[in-house]
Amino acid sequence: MSRSYVVALGGNPNTGKSTIFNTLTGLKQHTGNWPGKTVVQAKGYYHYNGKTFELVDLPGTYSLLANSPEEQIARDFICFANPTATVIVVDATCLERNLNLVLQVSEITSQVIVCLNLMDEARRLNLRLDLPLLEQQLGIPVIPTTATTGEGMAELKDAIARIAMGQLRPKPTPLIYEPFLEEQIKALLPSLSRIPANINKRWIALRLLDGDSSILKEVEVHLNEQ
Amino acid sequence: MTLSDLHPGEIGIVKTITTKGPMRRRMLDLGLVPGTKVQMLFTSPVGNPIAYTIRGAVIALRQDAANHVVVQRIL
Repeated sequence: MSRSYVVALGGNPNTGKSTIFNTLTGLKQHTGNWPGKTVVQAKGYYHYNGKTFELVDLPGTYSLLANSPEEQIARDFICFANPTATVIVVDATCLERNLNLVLQVSEITSQVIVCLNLMDEARRLNLRLDLPLLEQQLGIPVIPTTATTGEGMAELKDAIARIAMGQLRPKPTPLIYEPFLEEQIKALLPSLSRIPANINKRWIALRLLDGDSSILKEVEVHLNEQ
Repeated sequence: MTLSDLHPGEIGIVKTITTKGPMRRRMLDLGLVPGTKVQMLFTSPVGNPIAYTIRGAVIALRQDAANHVVVQRIL
């Protein structure tokens, strides 16, 4: 039996994330439109190039940092569950609102893909998107899709598979903070040495400096599981 | 003036946010950073929350949150 790769699916609410999930996995996961609908993780499988991919549908969130239950679920999964790849579904008609989450996720993991969904809507609105420039500035692959018609689904599966195989290695543009903050991060890192290598210590340090104590609890839970 | 002082149709530009912690974080995540244009759309029947257009999405804010967003009215 071959192992399966875990792929996280995140994104703002109302970006067509659940439709992407259903299209990829063929599951009839319920898609509705009320807050926090996807609070419990939905999982599904699909096969591509002889490999099995387990897709985890995370709750739709604008952020990973404001500590609502949905955001904590999404944050903890991306940070601690170590998915092979994280796909962020983005509304192509509302790019600037959506890129906030892309930035936050790419600060945790470099195994990230932007799925630029609702491309049919963007074309209808005559929006012209410079995809190569977006990819270059983010340092992340950008795959244009329309989940309802299947546009871009093959390309998305292919990008996920290439990340899983190590053939595609995104290099998200690093966020460098002001010198006083960078010094604080550096000062904190040695005390985080017990945290396993697969967890992004810089990001944990940033959360601690942010006064986010909920992350400490999660780290502890994770350490105890090990 | 703050977001809660805008009337339906009026547009303000965010100047600053006068709160800390999770509420501030939430508002920044919704796109309420200095320089952002916000249009007041309408209030709910009881006057609270209030709907605004923020960076292409309609967002409802409670009055206690809207009170913390200082804006300059431009329209």
